[in-house]
Amino acid sequence: MLRFLIRRTLGAVVILFLLSIVAFLLFFGMPRDPGLLMCGKTCTPANLANIHHVLGLDKSIPEQYGIFLHNLVLGSNGFTQGPCPAPCFGYSYHTNEQVWGTLMDRLPTTVSLTLGAAVCFLIVGLGTGMLAAWKRGTLVDKTVTAGAMVLSSMQIYFLGPLALAALVYQSHLFSKPAYNDFTANPVSWFTGLIIPWVILSTIFASQYTRMARSSMIEQLQEEHVRTARAKGMSRKYVFFRYAWRGSLIPIVTIFGIDLGSLLGGAIITEYTFGLPGLGKLAVESVFFSDLPLLLGVMLFSAAMILLFNIIVDACYAFIDPRVRLS
Amino acid sequence: MTTLTKESGAGAPADSGAFLSVRDLYVRFKTEDGVVKAVDGLSFELERGKTLGIVGESGSGKSVTNLTILGLHNPMFTTVEGEIVLDGQELITARESELEKVRGNKAAMIFQDPLTALSPYYTVGRQIAEPFWKHTGASKKAAWDRAVEMLGKVGIPNPKERAKDYPHQFSGGMRQRAMIAMALVCDPDLLIADEPTTALDVTVQAQILDLLKDLQQEFGSAIIFITHDLGVIADMADDIMVMYAGGAVERGSVNEVLRSPQHPYTWGLLNSMPRLDSDLSTPLAPIPGAPPSLLKPPSGCRFHPRCTFQGEVGGARCVDQLPLLPAGRGGACHLTAEQKQTIFIEQIKPRLR
Repeated sequence: MLRFLIRRTLGAVVILFLLSIVAFLLFFGMPRDPGLLMCGKTCTPANLANIHHVLGLDKSIPEQYGIFLHNLVLGSNGFTQGPCPAPCFGYSYHTNEQVWGTLMDRLPTTVSLTLGAAVCFLIVGLGTGMLAAWKRGTLVDKTVTAGAMVLSSMQIYFLGPLALAALVYQSHLFSKPAYNDFTANPVSWFTGLIIPWVILSTIFASQYTRMARSSMIEQLQEEHVRTARAKGMSRKYVFFRYAWRGSLIPIVTIFGIDLGSLLGGAIITEYTFGLPGLGKLAVESVFFSDLPLLLGVMLFSAAMILLFNIIVDACYAFIDPRVRLS
Repeated sequence: MTTLTKESGAGAPADSGAFLSVRDLYVRFKTEDGVVKAVDGLSFELERGKTLGIVGESGSGKSVTNLTILGLHNPMFTTVEGEIVLDGQELITARESELEKVRGNKAAMIFQDPLTALSPYYTVGRQIAEPFWKHTGASKKAAWDRAVEMLGKVGIPNPKERAKDYPHQFSGGMRQRAMIAMALVCDPDLLIADEPTTALDVTVQAQILDLLKDLQQEFGSAIIFITHDLGVIADMADDIMVMYAGGAVERGSVNEVLRSPQHPYTWGLLNSMPRLDSDLSTPLAPIPGAPPSLLKPPSGCRFHPRCTFQGEVGGARCVDQLPLLPAGRGGACHLTAEQKQTIFIEQIKPRLR
């Protein structure tokens, strides 16, 4: 297990390294000059050159990348804004704030959004999916399947504003979505996020409904499930012990991927509800050609996805005794 | 046609007190292509402690019949008619909760492929212990001890340790032994073995067959042994029922059926068996044609499209009349007893020896 974790972590580091190179090159491929954005209306060539020098953009790309990597691993005291301990992505061009600090500021919003939604869509999605599989072929099954089909073709930017209009602006049943610190006021944390959770999990739950239903049905047709029935085990026992156990693998796989990518920022949801999370930050960093911020958000998101990939693979070993980690 | 098959079933005495009695069993599957008549008017009986061998090609209804006995068919797509009485209990109309008490307890099943038929997620010991605690109400600890005891009985060395293993850590033969241990853990009166040795290699096959025979001696179970291997059946069974296209075409004791078969299909089966001492240049003699589609089984005698001896029967009887299977010993064929005798002695027997 330990060897597996070490090996996979090293692999993830290599991927992140390669990804940072690609991101760096892509940024300089963009036909935009971040210096020009900062320079403003009264821009003279001298001003521009000065800005380029301050940002380090006058150096060659390999040189800039070397500095970036050095700062990331060892930290740096070379910034005019102040010291920057490792992991140092530098200071944002736009806000002049330390990128790592900004990431950590925005993280609680994204984590709250993700975990709340994940709890909702797991319970609702797996619950309805298993119900449909249990009642396969009945009206319940058909209703659930049709409902999941409709919902999975919905989009957050459609459902989101609709929910806001109906529940917040028209009826005032709910407060306007916002992120409030959990430790300061758990109630307003909850009420502020309830609509985003519900909308985000609506989209995701339907996917889990369909997957749980189909993999349960598939598992119920397995021969070992039939053997368990032939032993006299009840339908319920076979359903929840034998079939469910086999369905876990695809569910855990997809859940790991979803959780990883949501923790890297739910861009559309955060934008729709104006929540200051990592996803919104990512879009902002692109708007302002904010290289340090862009690299920070991107590598952080990638690291989340890689982390959950490793967790998922480790989970396989607990679910299926045939899987040996090595 | 239906009435004819019904009569063949009615030929058996109504309450003979047999341990298992299947009467006029019809099993139909609804599929997208139509209704599959998987079992079509089947009747048979089995006494305690005896072994009935069921032989037939794939798709002849052998497995379906036996899954239906335990109620393991999918009720959504399947309609079942007829009567299955196990030790005085009617099983077709029985409620699910009652069937659960029968399965694994009074009647247990051994499946063909022990790799897919055992769950990969639970230890062998647990899978054997489950039916025991379910049916006897024993504690999990007692059930585990029983599982270890059963593993020892079926010849797994070091059962105490091996019970903690998962099925994938067992070899093919050991998995089938574990499967047998699982089936026998509650001392069932009826054991249905659905091609238990087909997935195993020949040396292991012999061991498993010996094991089954020994255990039958010890527990006195009745066994239904499904196979398409006539060699295995000769070794195992007391009686044989030959199935074709969802119905029985011949039955009798092992000696009767194998030494003087009464049905052209049985002749074909015996003929198509390769022999070790035959000349290598002699081609195998398969039964001509393919098994019929059970969506639309042939009229009259189900076997007539493939039957070489149709011409011996006068007129079109083979095509429009379903031959009856007499109660007890006999074959469902329109040929007269003399014709069968002559054909068998002149044409079939020389090729078998």
